[in-house]
Amino acid sequence: MSFLADIQISQIVLCSGLGLVLIGLWGMLTQRHIIRMIIGFSLLDTGIHMVMVSIGYVTGGTAPIINDDVPMAEAVSRIVDPVPSALVLTSIVIGLGVTAVMLSFAVRIYRTRRTLMIDECTESKG
Amino acid sequence: MIKRLFIALVMVMIAVIFINLAANYHESTSLSPLAYYYADKGPVEVGAANLVTAVVVTYRGLDTLGEVTVLFISAAGVGLLLRRTRRTQDDEDLEKGDRAEETAGRHKPASEIVETATQLLLPMVILFGIYVFLNGHLSPGGGFQGGAIIASGTMFLLLALPESHVSRLLIAITESISGFSYVVIGVLGVIMAGGFLDNRIMGLGTFGDLFSAGAIPLIYVFVGLKVGFELSAVLDRFRKEDTGPL
Repeated sequence: MSFLADIQISQIVLCSGLGLVLIGLWGMLTQRHIIRMIIGFSLLDTGIHMVMVSIGYVTGGTAPIINDDVPMAEAVSRIVDPVPSALVLTSIVIGLGVTAVMLSFAVRIYRTRRTLMIDECTESKG
Repeated sequence: MIKRLFIALVMVMIAVIFINLAANYHESTSLSPLAYYYADKGPVEVGAANLVTAVVVTYRGLDTLGEVTVLFISAAGVGLLLRRTRRTQDDEDLEKGDRAEETAGRHKPASEIVETATQLLLPMVILFGIYVFLNGHLSPGGGFQGGAIIASGTMFLLLALPESHVSRLLIAITESISGFSYVVIGVLGVIMAGGFLDNRIMGLGTFGDLFSAGAIPLIYVFVGLKVGFELSAVLDRFRKEDTGPL
């Protein structure tokens, strides 16, 4: 099992993130049910967050918080990149807002059409 | 059929790109120049122990203002989409259907255990949310996380006691005041310190104290309140019975 030792920890996170992106994209493209499409979007979103966090990882690094364990002088050599974490924080909040708007569109469609299948909402199709 | 083939082709192409990306990935062994600057100068310039907070609130403060704006717009959009429109005959028919469905699968009211547990736990959940956003500059957490915890408290309330009333007026007032104060602090940064949302309008204090890092705790209190009340309003909008605009 020597090849397992070569796998870096952030590579596992990166691969799972890319896998989630693929699953989410597949769900968005093939499913006809609106709620399932929204779930696909959520998976895609989460996958992208995992990819971003894994890119910010520095070998052997720890959380970018300075305390007794990580004194100010050692911070530069011991922490992971704080910028991707900050961007992911922003991205999570925006993803939440987008999901909320999509779900309220789903509620609205259900109220007027009594269905959540996208195939039955065809009159605005060009 | 052609559509399915096309989807399969797209998936395979993206998968090939991703596999290449993953295979050629190497962990970085040192910080990028930007991150090096933040790690080196951040604690001294900003005074925040949590460097992610330093980046989110101060160095990239404008992004956070944009983020709060996006959240506000999406909350407003949800409110607009889920409001009850003027009642036409059509709507009333639909609502009759709604009501029939509702009574068919009518839920029993929550049991006494659930009610008591809610009353006991809800203050603690909200207190924890406040703790998380007050300590945003010292420990993992911050305004958005604390706000989300407060909103989860509201969710808890709405699930356990669906009849409970959430005051929309209170939500609207708190949200507007905190959003406004956040921008005022940002503008004060331009007048009294180095730039928009500069946290040095107040003294930096002792590194690692609760009241340190200049205006960051204050900013996070406003962001936390705003996000918490905004998400509570969104959750409230998704309830079945909708009562008036406020």
